[in-house]
Amino acid sequence: MYTFSYQKPSSVADAVATLTGDDDAKVVAGGMTLIPTLKQRLAQPSALVDLGSVPGLTGIRRDGDALVIGAMTTHATVAADATVRSALPALAALAGGIGDPAVRHRGTCGGSVANADPAADYPAAVVGLGGTVITDRREIAGDDFFTGLFETALEPGEIITALRFPIPKRAGYAKFRNPASRYAVVGVMVAETAAGIRVAVTGAGASVFRVAAMEQALGGTFSPAALDGIRIEADDLNTDLHASAEYRAHLVTVMARRAVEAAS
Amino acid sequence: MPVSITLTVNGRPAALTVEPNTLLVDAIRQHLSLTGTHVGCDTSQCGACVVHLDGVSVKSCTTLAVQADGRNVTTIEGLAAPDGTLHPMQAAFKEHHGLQCGFCTPGMVMSAVDLARVNPNATPEEIRHWLEGNICRCTGYHNIVKAVESGLQAMKTGAAAQAAE
Ligand SMILES: Cc1cc2nc3c(=O)[nH]c(=O)nc-3n(C[C@H](O)[C@H](O)[C@H](O)COP(=O)(O)OP(=O)(O)OC[C@H]3O[C@@H](n4cnc5c(N)ncnc54)[C@H](O)[C@@H]3O)c2cc1C
Ligand code: FES
Ligand code: FES
Repeated sequence: MYTFSYQKPSSVADAVATLTGDDDAKVVAGGMTLIPTLKQRLAQPSALVDLGSVPGLTGIRRDGDALVIGAMTTHATVAADATVRSALPALAALAGGIGDPAVRHRGTCGGSVANADPAADYPAAVVGLGGTVITDRREIAGDDFFTGLFETALEPGEIITALRFPIPKRAGYAKFRNPASRYAVVGVMVAETAAGIRVAVTGAGASVFRVAAMEQALGGTFSPAALDGIRIEADDLNTDLHASAEYRAHLVTVMARRAVEAAS
Repeated sequence: MPVSITLTVNGRPAALTVEPNTLLVDAIRQHLSLTGTHVGCDTSQCGACVVHLDGVSVKSCTTLAVQADGRNVTTIEGLAAPDGTLHPMQAAFKEHHGLQCGFCTPGMVMSAVDLARVNPNATPEEIRHWLEGNICRCTGYHNIVKAVESGLQAMKTGAAAQAAE
């Protein structure tokens, strides 16, 4: 690791002030992505601004027809939380399927969303459930948040404080996991929301995306069979040592069917 | 700029001066000479470095020492009784031959002990899922799973005996 200084702000405002005053400073949340990156010397921040002692960034509450989850809430907490398990079991399952227990004990939902890894699970939840990313200065609709490979709508120095998920009528998540890391080779979130059906795919492309043809078909009948014959184009999908673009395209339909089957 | 931190390691206070980029595992192994915690990879995947931070299993190779400031750390050295009597989970690994070279064992045992907190009645399948972040290159896992099953039982019996006293 390169050297950096370490700051432990005690409020979001302090953290934002540090980040605004130093373009090369970086937030650290659970560190489950950032620390491996630092170990490989793929990043060289001047300072790490640790959100670990900032009050108000953890916890899960029900706010009318939505769940609001603090950005520093760990995957393990989301997976085990009674409110999430009853109101949004698909999200509890998604969080409980991330990495391994030690990763889930430190990794946070805010960090996952900010990082926008093409194979991460949370982007499928934010987009598939029609969620909102809440920051220190504004609210960003999930549909507008992920802008590309590791790219988001966050401005420099902007901190995610919470995620808000409207509670769907039903939702299901299915992923084909990379057996070593458990990241999504392809993951699909399917939800029946007040505003209609949403289908969001992670792992397959540079960034999470929705599949309009599937949303339409499931709007007709919400059943796995409704997806029969819907194929997605492999052209823009990822090819790597785990799977070719064609195989990923195939997996999108298979995972979407499984997500519909799992929906509750 | 070095930073002063205080940890409670295996029940004892430890005051250290570390660089902000010192990993918790290096603080444990190099500053405190507790070399039972191992480093088996540089990709945060193998789990040889698992310790408990405030009673919860974490990868000490992917945690900064400064992030542990003021907190409780338990390493494999902290499990056995002061007279050397093995922790029930350690005894179960010995009994069921849950190790060969032993490199992964400290992390396996620390993860397995944490499973007792979350799911003391874990089935063999649940044990396998729980150990997904602990890689063993030797055993083929069967005996590890047997050891954990028996260790969880022994921890329950031990807890019940303590409650009865
Ligand atoms: C072995 C292993 C397996 C994994 N498997 C999976 C998996 O199966 N699925 C999956 O989705 N993920 C997986 N992950 C990643 C894991 O979920 C991370 O926890 C997550 O991607 C990042 O969260 P973090 O809290 O650790 O963030 P950090 O590593 O601390 O930060 C990541 C990035 O986000 C920024 N950031 C963090 N918090 C905020 C915030 N509140 N506001 C603004 N910016 C912020 C940081 O500056 C940094 O750039 C895995 C990781 C490991 C090590
Ligand atoms: S050394 Fe920590 S996970 Fe491998
Ligand atoms: S016993 Fe050798 S790596 Fe597990």
